[in-house]
Amino acid sequence: MDWTLLVIQTLNGLQLGVLLFLLAAGLTLVFGIMDFINLAHGSLYMVGAFFCATIASLTGSFLLGVLAALPLTFAVGLAVELVVVRRLYARDHLDHVLATFGLILFFDAATQLIWGPEGIAIALPDFLDGRVSLGLGIEFPTYRLVIILVGLAVAAGLAYVVGATRIGMLIRAGASNRRMLGALGVDVNRLFTVVFAAGATLAGLAGLMMAPITGAYVGMGNNILIVALVVIIIGGIGSVRGAFIAALVIGMIDTMGRAFLDSAMKLVLSQQNAETAAPALSAMLIYILMAGILAVRPQGLFAPKGR
Amino acid sequence: MAVSLRSGVTLGVLAGFAALPILTELFDQPYYLDIAMRMMCLAIAAVSLNLALGFGGMVSFGHAVFIGIGAYAVGIPAYYGEYSGFIQIPLAMGAAGLFALVTGAICLRTRGVYFIMITLAFAQMAFFALVSIEEYGGDDGLVIDTRSEFGGLIDLEQTATLYYLILAALIVSLYLVRRIVASRFGRVIRGAKSNDERAQAIGLDSYRYRLACYVISGALCGLAGALLGNFTGFISPDMMDWTRSGELIFMVVLGGAGSLFGPVLGAAAFLILEEFLSSLTIHWQFIFGPLLILMVLYGRGGIDGLLGDRTGGDRHG
Amino acid sequence: MAEPLIAVRGLCKSYGGIIATDNLDLAVSRGEIHAIIGPNGAGKTTLINQISGSLRPDAGVIRLEGRDITALPPHARCRLGLARSFQITSIFTDFPVIENVALCVQARTGHSYRFWRPVGDDAGLNARALASLERVGLAGRRDHIAGHMSHGEHRQLEIAMALATDPKALLLDEPMAGMGPEESARMVEIIAGLGADHAILLIEHDMDAVFALADRITVLVSGRAIASGPPDEIRANDAVQRAYLGDAGPDLD
Repeated sequence: MDWTLLVIQTLNGLQLGVLLFLLAAGLTLVFGIMDFINLAHGSLYMVGAFFCATIASLTGSFLLGVLAALPLTFAVGLAVELVVVRRLYARDHLDHVLATFGLILFFDAATQLIWGPEGIAIALPDFLDGRVSLGLGIEFPTYRLVIILVGLAVAAGLAYVVGATRIGMLIRAGASNRRMLGALGVDVNRLFTVVFAAGATLAGLAGLMMAPITGAYVGMGNNILIVALVVIIIGGIGSVRGAFIAALVIGMIDTMGRAFLDSAMKLVLSQQNAETAAPALSAMLIYILMAGILAVRPQGLFAPKGR
Repeated sequence: MAVSLRSGVTLGVLAGFAALPILTELFDQPYYLDIAMRMMCLAIAAVSLNLALGFGGMVSFGHAVFIGIGAYAVGIPAYYGEYSGFIQIPLAMGAAGLFALVTGAICLRTRGVYFIMITLAFAQMAFFALVSIEEYGGDDGLVIDTRSEFGGLIDLEQTATLYYLILAALIVSLYLVRRIVASRFGRVIRGAKSNDERAQAIGLDSYRYRLACYVISGALCGLAGALLGNFTGFISPDMMDWTRSGELIFMVVLGGAGSLFGPVLGAAAFLILEEFLSSLTIHWQFIFGPLLILMVLYGRGGIDGLLGDRTGGDRHG
Repeated sequence: MAEPLIAVRGLCKSYGGIIATDNLDLAVSRGEIHAIIGPNGAGKTTLINQISGSLRPDAGVIRLEGRDITALPPHARCRLGLARSFQITSIFTDFPVIENVALCVQARTGHSYRFWRPVGDDAGLNARALASLERVGLAGRRDHIAGHMSHGEHRQLEIAMALATDPKALLLDEPMAGMGPEESARMVEIIAGLGADHAILLIEHDMDAVFALADRITVLVSGRAIASGPPDEIRANDAVQRAYLGDAGPDLD
């Protein structure tokens, strides 16, 4: 058993999990409180990456890119909510799906218009570009470790905000029963706008953190959005805690599956069969998991009461 | 017999499709034949989705997966040298129907938004599964050099023959859906869409009926995929990409969800719009996206809604 | 006395700390109209929901004609002969009135995996649907779109639909809700006419109707039956007087 590989893949799984959480958190909050499906969430992921890439290449500093991209993404989130999304809260989910699908097309086209079809690479500063020694002869890329730490820090921060502040209380109340919020005299419109923009910023953060690894490219958020949807389905819509747990689980399963499934399958199947089936099966793994969980608990694992 | 605007448009469009090969031959514009064939294939897919979505209230956001399955049901046998349409077409519908049965059994236990997202997730699952199978081209897809063969009865290598086969399939699909919607089964489906709690309270196991509807819809969509695969000669996982599913929903809603001929109008309008906008600019989605948003905000009845009120009779035919 | 058509024993349901149904026993026989009354929040609709199957009780047994239906889903219970009307009108609003009722008849006559013949032409279904409509006085509105009718007509349609499923037992949840005196009187007539052939569990706030119709009355307060008996007994009962004049209990409905 190659322990080094196991440790590294576990950390990779953690990194993916943390990233998925950043995406899923915004998605599940917007969903839970405003009952709004936002397929364009992946576009905000992309926008964050592109803002960061542009500013980083203009200023020569990745950190500056990060710091500037966050408020910019927040602003884009605000604009989207004010111009499009808020007109749709009263509509049915089909309308949400279609309208945000239109937003995806728009953002993809706009990004290509502004930045061209090629995509942008981001160079990491030296101090992030190396490897860290984890002891026992295991080395792990510094940057990926940073992603994990940042992600966990944000998760902790979010847990604090949602669990221990007033706005967090409003969020939790809204996730269970939206109408009550209005009845309590809360400025519901403002709350919705802030939650949406905050979710967008988290998505942008995920995007810009991934950009040095994958590059910033058009449509980069669309596929990972689906995985984020699987996360919130499993975790339970409206539950940030559920999103966290589900994100880590999915990150782990997906990573481990891709890394080890073909070896595992070679134990029972012939070499050739394993090599054909394993990539397909590992790609399908998280969806099979989702199907299994839904068969037993159709509302997800941690859906807030009242749903 | 008074001809309503709706009937007039329906007959007009169908007549237009029927006459097109002759016209394109006369004016030597074969390109339009290609667009029309693609239009009709997608129209069949939209008709199938409309059965589930428009009449059944099931917002399936992964319906393109059935197109893909149908197409691969032609492509994979062809890859192994099996070109018989008598095997490929039933395989396409059967495989699509089976996928609908298995995934639908799970999806339909959920409600509303969960349903939408799960259909999307399952479609992605199939997409990634096919992308990972190197043998059938993976990401690059599969090229088929021979269209479905029907033992000499008809020769699909002739464009006009394929064209009329697709048109016939479209007309049959429309007729089938019309009969289903007007039948006992159709009434149950429409009732479950209107008020599921009530439907169950009067003794209808709505889950089972919806599942049957979803399977029929999937199988019909598989047919569309098989025909599309024959037409393009190139089969790739992109055919079942979730953006394709989004486009299908757009076609159904644009045409008028829950109307019988709406999906055909929606598919036609969508492709015409796409053609027109792409000729203007390579960044056509920049205009298309907002157009979609505007349609959602302001144009919910779709094109069919513009053709006048539907009376009780018109509603089902 | 014959075996009760509807028999409920030990029914319990609570939400967190609030008890909605407190160890309830109930029986309704064929030909009997059994009314449930009580202050708002007493758990009346919750009770109906558990008997009809849309809510799962925490404990207890529900029997229909002696058969244990506690684990059965709503549609299965209806097929066994249990029909309900809803407190908040629940109809197929986009269907014409006749089609609302025809679907109910259809649901009880065989399966609906028939895909070919137009159901609108089915004379048998239409005739039986019309008969149900006539029984409640709605025959004249047969082709109206159900959603476009008055409130009173909606309540009538609710009853017609429950009847059209050819039930043995009826659960009527405030059929007279929101009705004027004339409409209420007609509804009383309709329900009285049904009483002989069915077992009817009736929830109502309209006391005139209740005392006119009921063979037995059970008074529910905070999920518990505080009194049960013939109308005269209930009218004279001290505890009932207190329940209606005194503390109304926590809001549950």
